[in-house]
Amino acid sequence: MAKLTKEFSKGIIAENPVLRLVLGTCPTLATTTSVESAVGMGLAASIVLVCSNIVISALRKVIPDKVRIPAYIVVIASFVTIVQMAVKAFLPSLDEQLGVYLPLIVVNCIILGRAEAFAGKNPVLASAVDGLGMGVGFTAALFLMGAVREIFGAGTFLGTGVPFLESNPMLIFILPPGGFFVYGILMAAVNRMAEKKGKPRAELRGCEACPMAQSCALKKADKEGAN
Amino acid sequence: MTKELFSILLTAILTQNFVLAKFLGICPFLGVSKKLNTAVGMSAAVIFVMALATAVTYPINKLLLVKNDLEYLQTIVFILVIAALVQLVEIILKKYIPALYNALGIYLPLITTNCAVLGVVILNVDEGYNFAQSMFSSLGAGLGFMLAMVMFAGVRERLESCDVPKFMQGLPITLVAASLVSVSFLGFTGIVENIFA
Repeated sequence: MAKLTKEFSKGIIAENPVLRLVLGTCPTLATTTSVESAVGMGLAASIVLVCSNIVISALRKVIPDKVRIPAYIVVIASFVTIVQMAVKAFLPSLDEQLGVYLPLIVVNCIILGRAEAFAGKNPVLASAVDGLGMGVGFTAALFLMGAVREIFGAGTFLGTGVPFLESNPMLIFILPPGGFFVYGILMAAVNRMAEKKGKPRAELRGCEACPMAQSCALKKADKEGAN
Repeated sequence: MTKELFSILLTAILTQNFVLAKFLGICPFLGVSKKLNTAVGMSAAVIFVMALATAVTYPINKLLLVKNDLEYLQTIVFILVIAALVQLVEIILKKYIPALYNALGIYLPLITTNCAVLGVVILNVDEGYNFAQSMFSSLGAGLGFMLAMVMFAGVRERLESCDVPKFMQGLPITLVAASLVSVSFLGFTGIVENIFA
């Protein structure tokens, strides 16, 4: 039980996928223009993450090692399609806000990354809890970004006006540059807190964080270039 | 007709830049833009794969999926087609055009799970583009990716020699720099409409 609690809580703070592992940057920047779409994205990705973790973990002894990445992608894509159809049917306004980013959950590095790093090696229950923790961490980080951007950029929070800012919104925060800026500042704040606790700062690991790193020669080329 | 195609091309490069306005392909944008030559190599590979993926997925979508009312399978089919395509291209290049393989090959596996490639294919379908429009939109997306990568590689090379406050070092300052590059692209708003007005 204690182990499961640890699997769950690591994704929220210590290994937060967005703010500590720097994964899933595309949806983080693109869908956080309002709290509503940020949380919608977070929940949609979490559902896919938990379901695909469960299925991949259950199939981990059946899937041959050589074709595991394509197999993972098929599982993930199936769940993305299910979520996409459900959102289209029941939450059409969210579907409109998320647009192309909803099907793009397929290539979200967090999901393939967890499949490769955790679900492919661990039993079903632990994988489900791991996916849930990572999903909550992802949603929380997106909520934070969405709240900052909506409050400053639109002067509202979940559609209700914020005093003073409502009449003086700083539009730049909900435009693309604001996304990069808020992410950068949040990152600096998180790094600061991590350093105080003696933890390493979040670094852009680029290649190492990518689930394709093993099969990719870029890392090798980068090393050769450095020599 | 040509006017429309150029308008699609310019929109994809400037006003709706894939990286800086649509946030697609952020991972390579932040990860591979440290040096100019890798940035150029990566973007060339992205342009190549984007064009190829569009050319292949367009008929598949039109003749296979839409005809049989299977549009809901788009996400699965597209990602698999792109993954298979990238593998195939890698094998062919390795065997027949080693020079090109040495230049682009190392970036190819990385592109399979790149959201920009799947993104452009899905966007083309969503916009209801015909074949020529899809090809121009993909080409524009790839060129826009390259423009952003090359510009940002330049910015980062200068950033290396800057005295950055300790808590902003590394990723935070890189993101803020990306924000400023993105601001410069906001300046293009409306330019395409006005050129072709």
